[in-house]
Amino acid sequence: MESLQEVLRQVVGFVYPNEVELHWGLLIVVYPYITGLVAGAFILASLVRVFNVRELYPTYRLSLLTALAYLIVAPLPLLAHLGHPERALEIFLTPNPNSAMAMFGFVYAWYLMVVLLLEIWFDYRKDLVLWSQRQGGVRKWLRLALTLGATDLSPQALRFDQGAGRVITIIGIPSAFLLHGYVGFIFGSVKANPWWSSVLMPIVFLFSAIVSGIALMLLFYLLTTLFRSKPIDMACLDKLAMFLFYALVLDFSLEMLDFIHRLYEAEESIHILSQLVSGRLFLSLVVLQALLGTLLPLLVLGLVSPALHRRAMLALPDELRRLLYAGAAVLIQIGIFSTRWNVVIGGQLFSKSLRGLTVYKMQLLGLEGLFMAALLVLLPLLVLGLLVALLPPWPDAEEHPAQG
Amino acid sequence: MPQQLTRVLIVFVVLVSALVVARHFLIPKTFGEKGHYRTAGLEAVVKQPIHYAGREACTPCHPEIVETHRKARHQTVACEVCHGPAAAHTEAPTENRLPAPRERGYCPLCHGYDLSRPTGFPQIDPVAHNPLKACISCHNPHQPEPPHVPEECRACHGQIARTKAVSPHVLLPCTRCHNTPVQHKITPRTVLPDKPRTREFCGSCHAEGAPSPKEIRRVDLQTHGGRYLCWQCHYPHSPELD
Amino acid sequence: MNEKRLQPEAPVEEEISEERRAFLRACALGAPFLLGAFRGEAAEAPYNPHEHLYAMGVDVERCIGCGRCVEACKRENDVPREPYYFRTWVERYVVMTQGETAVDSPNGGIAGFPAVGGERGLLRTFFVPKLCNHCANPPCVQVCPVGATFSTEDGVVLVDKDYCIGCRYCIQACPYGARYFDPRSRTADKCTFCYHRVVRGLLPACVEVCPTGARVFGDLRQRSSPLGRFTRLTKIQVLKPHLNTEPKVFYANLDGEVR
Repeated sequence: MESLQEVLRQVVGFVYPNEVELHWGLLIVVYPYITGLVAGAFILASLVRVFNVRELYPTYRLSLLTALAYLIVAPLPLLAHLGHPERALEIFLTPNPNSAMAMFGFVYAWYLMVVLLLEIWFDYRKDLVLWSQRQGGVRKWLRLALTLGATDLSPQALRFDQGAGRVITIIGIPSAFLLHGYVGFIFGSVKANPWWSSVLMPIVFLFSAIVSGIALMLLFYLLTTLFRSKPIDMACLDKLAMFLFYALVLDFSLEMLDFIHRLYEAEESIHILSQLVSGRLFLSLVVLQALLGTLLPLLVLGLVSPALHRRAMLALPDELRRLLYAGAAVLIQIGIFSTRWNVVIGGQLFSKSLRGLTVYKMQLLGLEGLFMAALLVLLPLLVLGLLVALLPPWPDAEEHPAQG
Repeated sequence: MPQQLTRVLIVFVVLVSALVVARHFLIPKTFGEKGHYRTAGLEAVVKQPIHYAGREACTPCHPEIVETHRKARHQTVACEVCHGPAAAHTEAPTENRLPAPRERGYCPLCHGYDLSRPTGFPQIDPVAHNPLKACISCHNPHQPEPPHVPEECRACHGQIARTKAVSPHVLLPCTRCHNTPVQHKITPRTVLPDKPRTREFCGSCHAEGAPSPKEIRRVDLQTHGGRYLCWQCHYPHSPELD
Repeated sequence: MNEKRLQPEAPVEEEISEERRAFLRACALGAPFLLGAFRGEAAEAPYNPHEHLYAMGVDVERCIGCGRCVEACKRENDVPREPYYFRTWVERYVVMTQGETAVDSPNGGIAGFPAVGGERGLLRTFFVPKLCNHCANPPCVQVCPVGATFSTEDGVVLVDKDYCIGCRYCIQACPYGARYFDPRSRTADKCTFCYHRVVRGLLPACVEVCPTGARVFGDLRQRSSPLGRFTRLTKIQVLKPHLNTEPKVFYANLDGEVR
């Protein structure tokens, strides 16, 4: 209550009395950030599988496992945020077919079960069988269980695996689009909120998801390879940087389109929204999202990667280049997190009366606090660690039946 | 069928069956009877306790007060506005006696002057109006007509009076321009004061050569805003000076 | 005119007969047959929701900003008293000849409004009561993922407090700021048109106590009613019509500055 008193004191102009308190806080910022990484990592994996970008092969399995790790953690911020998490199952028992949020539960379930788990399973099945035959310990039994008893390694079976994986990936690409585009739709379909209500919202969400996912995989590939003391495949890294650059250009263009469109049409909400952007959101939107999170990485990647010129506009030695890539990827993570912040928090900072602004008081402790959010953002790393231990994604860990 | 496919299909069939069975046991029994909601939820709202009895509940036990009250100026004011929620009182009247606000602070909640209140609503200055006396010492809350008929219009038209008081028209009494029948103070909405109907009315002070103090601004009545009555442009309670 | 000298009223000490008391108790609150009616059980004159369609009228010109409605609502419905939770509230608009329109609602208007000077330079000023509009096309019901908020057959939008999961999507979807998150039940909550009173033939608490008759409650399926007269004789507006929520709170004499 004291925090709400503090908020009330800082209200500027007029807000409806019930709007003093923000209802979707830090946890709801974390959630689209995490699902965005899922979609982005998966799109990267599909670039390898469906579009045969061979240079990216070293990241293929790692991307799938990353997507799974983040997808497993994704419902947690939502559960922590609910007033009654013990009733959460109601979404699956009595879903309201008119509710975007309810239908998203099924999109999530579809994506998890039919796309991601199946794709990983078909891709790893051969190795699961071989690893369980050749290595022992607890992992042997876990892996054997995961094979579901399908231990046929004949050439037809392996061909079936490949074919099934390909089909699933093809289904998976629109599913990944649906997964994170849907989160954008959950905001974009709220006609009551002029900051959220936009046709472009699902598209912008999706492309910023792709950007964040590719940037994450660039970092993960770099860090895991360095950690394992293996040589870094610069062709892979350069390709990642190129795709990151293209995705960032698309994302930035879409955001600029939305921005210019709003300014040009100048609907009634433009006054309060201008106040919002130049005041409460200046740091997170202009500085973190636009300048540091988009323009600076665009500049760095454009100059240093082979995106614009085959040999890069500014040719640099490998060590420096990958350092700059890593820096750009980190800035992008900050920028995309700020994007989510600006949408979720920004949309609640102004009144629907279009006459005033409130503030968001972020807590440190408690379920909705900063520490909890940090934990949830880091938890996928732990899950990924476990997945990597069980299902090593490194190309040199793959087994081949011929060697058996 | 390839071995992988059968295994995967088995897993799916098991999961889907589990979900179907779970739904049967976990979906609340009253869900879906009337729509996509639990009828039990509807009933929970209906079962909410009632605190305000409604003004009809007062009549059987307090007929004289109700009879007085319903013909007087507070006829639209429900009993429970001043006496608070009375449902408990109707259940057990002597155990749950209702308060009656007797201090000065309560009546100004409605009748204290506020410039946003609609014109014609009776308002007083809570500090200056008969200070230190309880409101009820002069006004019976059930028949609140004041002991004297208010002489000044400002009793009900406070905002207009205060606006005029800081304008050049401060010295003009309201009745200078508005013929006000006495009945207006008794049935205000049915008998209304009138407004000047000619330009010459304002011209009696403002026309060139009119017999009025020379500080008063003059206009040429022939040419200035020819087709309009003066108050169709100028706000007489605070005439805008260009 | 009357030159009455009045004394403070002596307390009423009437003899009230036992029959009267029994009659009153029988008329009163919570007759079980009403609940039976919701289940379609046979009863004498059961409440049939299909015969009713509730709506409200608000005459902006009559509102004096006294806040009795806000107080009565909080008392009747046990709404938290802090200034962040309102089922209904009153806004004051002050439109000046120059400059921005100022709007305020101190603690929802529950204790009236602080004096603001400035008769000079004033163009228009008025009070506007606000509440849930019980829309015929409610965006809050559309977005609820589990069916915890719903429209009844008689046109009232309610929240099922034992089923709501507290996701707060409905609060985001309401264009009018009518919903809040009850910190005690940790669910969404809002005005219910005092449904528990209305199905028993009583008026919502805010309508009951409005001293000037600014609030008018009625049944759109009943041809003769105060609401019928209201919608016949005044020019009606609703809030944010462009959002197509089809609100059922009709405002008379609504100013264009009101959002």
